[in-house]
Amino acid sequence: MDFAQKCNKIRQMILKTIGNLGVGHIGGSLSIVELLVVLYDKYMNVNPKDPNMVGRDRLIVSKGHSGPAVYSILCSKGYFPEDWLLTLNKPGTNLPSHCDMNKTPGVDMTTGSLGQGFSCAMGVAKASKIKNDGATIYTIIGDGESQEGQIWEAAMFASQQKLDNVIAFTDYNKMQLDGPIEEICNITPLDDKWRAFGWNVIVVKDGNNCEEIDAAITLAKFSEKPSMIILNTIKGKGISFAEKAGAGNHSMQITPEMMAQGLAELRGEA
Amino acid sequence: MEMRQVLAAELEKLMAQNENIVLIDADLSKPNGLAGLKSKFLERAMDIGISEQNMACIAAGMSSYGMIPFISTFTPFATRRICDQIAVSCAYAKQNVKIIGTDPGISAEFNGGTHMSMEDIGVLRSIPEIVVFEPVDNNQLKKALPQIVDYYGVVYIRAFRKETPDVFDESCDFDLFKALKIKDGEDLSIFCSGLMVHETLLADKELKSQGINAEIINIHTIKPIDRTAIIESAKKTGVVLTVENHNIIGGLKSAVCEVLMEEFPVPLRAIGINDKFGQVGKMPYLKEQYNMRAEDIVNKALEVLNLKCK
Ligand SMILES: Cc1ncc(C[n+]2csc(CCOP(=O)(O)OP(=O)(O)O)c2C)c(N)n1
Ligand SMILES: [Mg+2]
Repeated sequence: MDFAQKCNKIRQMILKTIGNLGVGHIGGSLSIVELLVVLYDKYMNVNPKDPNMVGRDRLIVSKGHSGPAVYSILCSKGYFPEDWLLTLNKPGTNLPSHCDMNKTPGVDMTTGSLGQGFSCAMGVAKASKIKNDGATIYTIIGDGESQEGQIWEAAMFASQQKLDNVIAFTDYNKMQLDGPIEEICNITPLDDKWRAFGWNVIVVKDGNNCEEIDAAITLAKFSEKPSMIILNTIKGKGISFAEKAGAGNHSMQITPEMMAQGLAELRGEA
Repeated sequence: MEMRQVLAAELEKLMAQNENIVLIDADLSKPNGLAGLKSKFLERAMDIGISEQNMACIAAGMSSYGMIPFISTFTPFATRRICDQIAVSCAYAKQNVKIIGTDPGISAEFNGGTHMSMEDIGVLRSIPEIVVFEPVDNNQLKKALPQIVDYYGVVYIRAFRKETPDVFDESCDFDLFKALKIKDGEDLSIFCSGLMVHETLLADKELKSQGINAEIINIHTIKPIDRTAIIESAKKTGVVLTVENHNIIGGLKSAVCEVLMEEFPVPLRAIGINDKFGQVGKMPYLKEQYNMRAEDIVNKALEVLNLKCK
């Protein structure tokens, strides 16, 4: 399977996971599919048979509401059986809306209160430096999440501590819960901000293109500073009803009909 | 009607009457039902993005200028996330900030553990001078809001977002600082709050059928608590049950115990979250998980009745 086929498969898993429940954070899950596929296919030094392997690379998804995307990629890598995906938010599930390190094998930090996961990632990166285990710490934040002051506290910490083992991503989908970022609290120029905070900044024009993401990560590996890769993405990417819903796709109801139509579209049958 | 619709309609009225009132959201104006106010009050209703600590202090600054800011987000972000900002800039600085937190306790449902605040009342109740209010239904919220505007100081409104069964009707008398007796009784006193009032009334039907006449009092304002109402009722019945949608440490149970241990100690039991974190699930499932159903209330009532000094 090439990148594109894998992304398609992950999108189907996300849609089934949320569609089976009938509601969920689909927009911010779909926008990071390409990133997750590239990370887990090519970069992450992890072992699904030993999720807590010492010295492994880590991924901290600070925008913790993207759980369904994280669960889909972890499942595809064999961290847990596929039928778990049908338990999202069901009684006793290991797959709650927001990422939980004590419930889901492969999840490296409990997140959901925006801003916190990013600071946690810097703590993980500092610890890895102290242990000198050579791990790379990946972390994903939202563009709306970037409005939290805590993000910028962590940013200063990382450059002060020279955390060149951090490769961070902003899912720059231009949308937050209530609407477009620029109408609520504009964060531009985002690249200049990160540069001013002492980070190596790489802007990816199409953040839903695996090859572009791949090239950016390769480049970031050479950096002597912590890297922020800004991914220009589309919230709800790849499923037409989700893309069309705009800000409404943050958390949306998904009927069985919508799920069927979306799956047909992804399989090229629509 | 959903409670958030009532919240929006009442705030709209109050903002029209009083041009000092401002509304600040932090990217949850849609879930909290308040998004529509932005177009009605271009200057005075604003969504500042995901920055709750900032929001609390912006509100304190506006208050120092004579305004009456309402800030709104989910309960965990309205309390524990911004605790120091509320303590210092709002409360200690004696500002007139009103805090709306929605989705208390188990009502956060699918948002799960990270969003389920079991401790918010405890957090804010331990900061001096903050009024902590938890409406039972739409009518109570409607009657409370004008009183909250008239009162100078920090007030926390722990509101539900969705449809709630009506407990009170429009004619019901309501004083923000007086507990509300729902039903006279002599066998035991049940002090209850928020969502759990309706559940208590369901339990009461069963108790009645077993010949037990409970006195039911709604403690909508947990701080400052109506000491007189609690002491009088405990003196009359001699045994107490508290029922809340919150950790039984720090919330209603604690507040009632603080009064009774000093003034009139009686046997007491509590329904609420027994020092546990939240989890994902629908309310009926969560009520079962945390033993908060009507039948659990009945069983606890029977248990505490057994302890009554004969
Ligand atoms: C501290 C905090 N405040 C508010 C929320 C509620 N919330 C969850 S997601 C979200 C919007 C996030 O927007 P963004 O970071 O852009 O994520 P994405 O567009 O990728 O979904 C909000 C406000 C939260 N989870 N945590
Ligand atoms: Mg976004």
